Amino acid sequence: MSPLEYVLVLSYLTATVRLTTPIGLAAMGGVLSERSGVFNIALEGMMLFGALTGVLGSHYWGSPWAGTAAAAGVGAVLGLLLAYLSVTLGANQIVSGVALNLFAFGCTTFLARVLLRPAGIEQVPAFQPLVVPYLADLPLIGPVLFRQTPLVYAALVLAPALTLFLFRTPWGLGLRAVGEHPRAADTAGLKVAQMRYGAVVASGMLAGTAGAFLSLGHLNLFTENMSAGRGFIALAAVIFGKWHPLGALGAALLFGAADAFQLLIQTYNLGVPYQVPVMLPYLLALLALTGLVGRMAPPAAAGTPYRAEE
Amino acid sequence: MRARGWVASSLPLWAVFGALLLGMVLVGVAGAHPLRAYGELLRGAVADVFGLSTTLVKATPLLFAGLGVGIALRAGLFNIGAEGQIYLGGLAAALVGLYLQGLPSLLHVLLALAAGFLAGAAWGLVPGLLKVFRGVNEVITTLLMNYVGILLISLIVSGPLIEPGAPYPYTRPLADSALLPVIIPGTDAHAGIVLALVTALLLHALLARTTLGFYLRSVGLNPSASAAAGINVRAVLLVAMAGAGGLAGVAGAVEVIGLKHRLFENFSPGYGYDAVVVAFLSNGQPLGVVAMGVFFGALRSGANIMQRSVGVPVAIVFAIQGLAVLFLAASLAVQRRWTLPTLVAAPRSEAPRLAASIGAKHESS
Repeated sequence: MSPLEYVLVLSYLTATVRLTTPIGLAAMGGVLSERSGVFNIALEGMMLFGALTGVLGSHYWGSPWAGTAAAAGVGAVLGLLLAYLSVTLGANQIVSGVALNLFAFGCTTFLARVLLRPAGIEQVPAFQPLVVPYLADLPLIGPVLFRQTPLVYAALVLAPALTLFLFRTPWGLGLRAVGEHPRAADTAGLKVAQMRYGAVVASGMLAGTAGAFLSLGHLNLFTENMSAGRGFIALAAVIFGKWHPLGALGAALLFGAADAFQLLIQTYNLGVPYQVPVMLPYLLALLALTGLVGRMAPPAAAGTPYRAEE
Repeated sequence: MRARGWVASSLPLWAVFGALLLGMVLVGVAGAHPLRAYGELLRGAVADVFGLSTTLVKATPLLFAGLGVGIALRAGLFNIGAEGQIYLGGLAAALVGLYLQGLPSLLHVLLALAAGFLAGAAWGLVPGLLKVFRGVNEVITTLLMNYVGILLISLIVSGPLIEPGAPYPYTRPLADSALLPVIIPGTDAHAGIVLALVTALLLHALLARTTLGFYLRSVGLNPSASAAAGINVRAVLLVAMAGAGGLAGVAGAVEVIGLKHRLFENFSPGYGYDAVVVAFLSNGQPLGVVAMGVFFGALRSGANIMQRSVGVPVAIVFAIQGLAVLFLAASLAVQRRWTLPTLVAAPRSEAPRLAASIGAKHESS
C-alpha cells in the first residue's frame, strides 16, 4: 500500500467505526426493548433529544461526560413515558412511538432555536480521543479501534456484555420470557410490567447516549434533525441482527460502513452527486429488511400489551 | 354510559386541546405570553383573506396525504411514508407538466394528477409487497423510503431537470395548461382544496357503501376473521398501500401544479409527517381528516405570523402535533379499559390492532 492509500483506508475505517457507534448503541437499545415485548419506534426521537441535551449539558457543566449523562437521563425519561403508554396503559406502541418522534423533532428544533441561539451556544466541550496504551500502536487496527472517543469503546464493550446479560443470566432469561410469552412468565412469578419498564427505560438511555455521541462524539454542536433517520436505520439493524446485541452491532457496522463510504465519496469529490452515496445506507437497510438473511421472527409478544387476568 | 360515549367520540378534540395547553408551556419557554402568542396564531390563520387562503393552501396537501394515511390505517396499516410518496407524486406531475405540451388544460391537469397518483402508488406498493410477501414491518420500510424518495427528487432536480442558471435546484416552470386555477383572486388559494374535499366525500362513500370499503374496514378490525370469511387479505392490504401512496402522490402533484408551478428540491416542508398526525387523530375517517387537516393547515398558516410578531418558532406546531397524538394514543388506551366489560359496543373508534398489522404471532387474548 502506498502511503496515500494507507491514509485513505485508515480514514475510511476510522470513520466506519465512528459512524457505527450511534447506530449500534441505539440498535442495542432496540434489542433490549423488543426482547421484552415492546417496539421502540421512538429511538429516532430519543436520539434527537439526546443530541440536544448532550450539547446543553456539556455547555452548562463544562464536560462532555456530564452532557452524556444528561442525554442518557432524558432518554430514560422518554423511555419511562413510552413504557407508561405501552405497558401501563396498553396504548398502541407504533402510534406512541411515531408521536414521540414527531414531538421530539418539533420540540428539539424549537428548543434549539430558543435555548441555543440566544445564549450563543455553538461549540461545546466535546469528547477527545482516548488513546489506549500499547494497543493504539498496532498497525491499522490501532488507530482505527484504539484512538477513538470513549463512547466508541462503550459500544464495543456493551455488545458482548448485553449478550451475556440476555443469554447467560436469569434476568436476561426473564426478559426474553416476558417478550415471548408474558402469560407463562407471569405464571412463573416474573413481574412482566416491571421488566418491560426496565428494558424500555434502558433502551431510552442507550438511544439518548447515541444522540449525545452524535453531538459530542465528533461534531461538538447540535444541528436540527441531526439524527437524520439513524434511529430508523437502528431499527433495521435490530431486525437484520435478529434481535441479538452482537448481531445488531454487526448490522450497525454494515450501515456505518455505508455511511462512511458516502463521506469518503463526498470528501474526495469523485464526481458522484452527493445524493447517491447519502442514499446508500437507507437503500442498504431496505435491502437488508427484504430478508437477505432469511425470514425474521420477532419476539412473539412484541407489540402486544399484556394485562394480567383481572 | 352516555356521558362516556360523548367523551369518547370527542377524544381527538380533547387530545388537541391538551396538546395546545402543554404548548403554552413551550411558548413560555420561548419568553412570549401564551395567550398573546395563540391570539397571533389565530389571527394569522383566519383573520383576513390572506390568512384564510394560506390556511387552505397548507391544508390541501395535508388533506390528500391524510386521506391516504387514513385509508391505510383503516386497513390496519401504518403508512408513515407519505412524505416520500408526496415527493414521487410531485416528480411525476412535474414531468407531465414539463414534457407534455399543447394539451387542453383539463386533460393536462388530469394527466398530471394521474401521474402523481401512479408514482405515489408505486412507491407505496413497495412496502406493501414487502409486508405481504416477506413479513417486513411497514413502519420501518415506509420511514426509510421517505429518505430515499426525498434524496431521489433532490438528485433529479439538481441534475437532469435543473433549470439552466438556476441559483438553487428547481426545474423550469411547468406548462400553463398543467396548472390548477386560483380560486380566490389575488391569493395563492388554488382549486386543489376543492379536489381534496371531493376526494374526501368519495372516500367516505367508498368506505361506507362499497364492497371494497367493507373489506378494508374488515381487514383493519380483524385480519384473521376476514381471512376466515374468505376475504383475500393480502390483496386488500396491497390495494390499501397502493391507494395510500397514490393519494399522497396526488398531494405532491397538487402542491406542484397548484402552488409551486415548478418542481423544487425539498418542496414539501414535512406535509407527509403532518398527514400521519391528521390521519391518526381522525382515526382514518375521511370527514375527520378534512376537519383535522384544515385545523393543522391553519396552525401552519398562523404559526408564521406568530413567529414574526411574537418570536415563537414555527417548530412549536410540530411539537404540538406530536403531543396531540401522544394524548390520543393514551386516551384511546384508557377508553378501551373503561369499555372493556362492554366490548361489544366499544370498538367503533378503536385504532386497528398493532399485532395483526405487523404480522406477528400474538396471544389470542
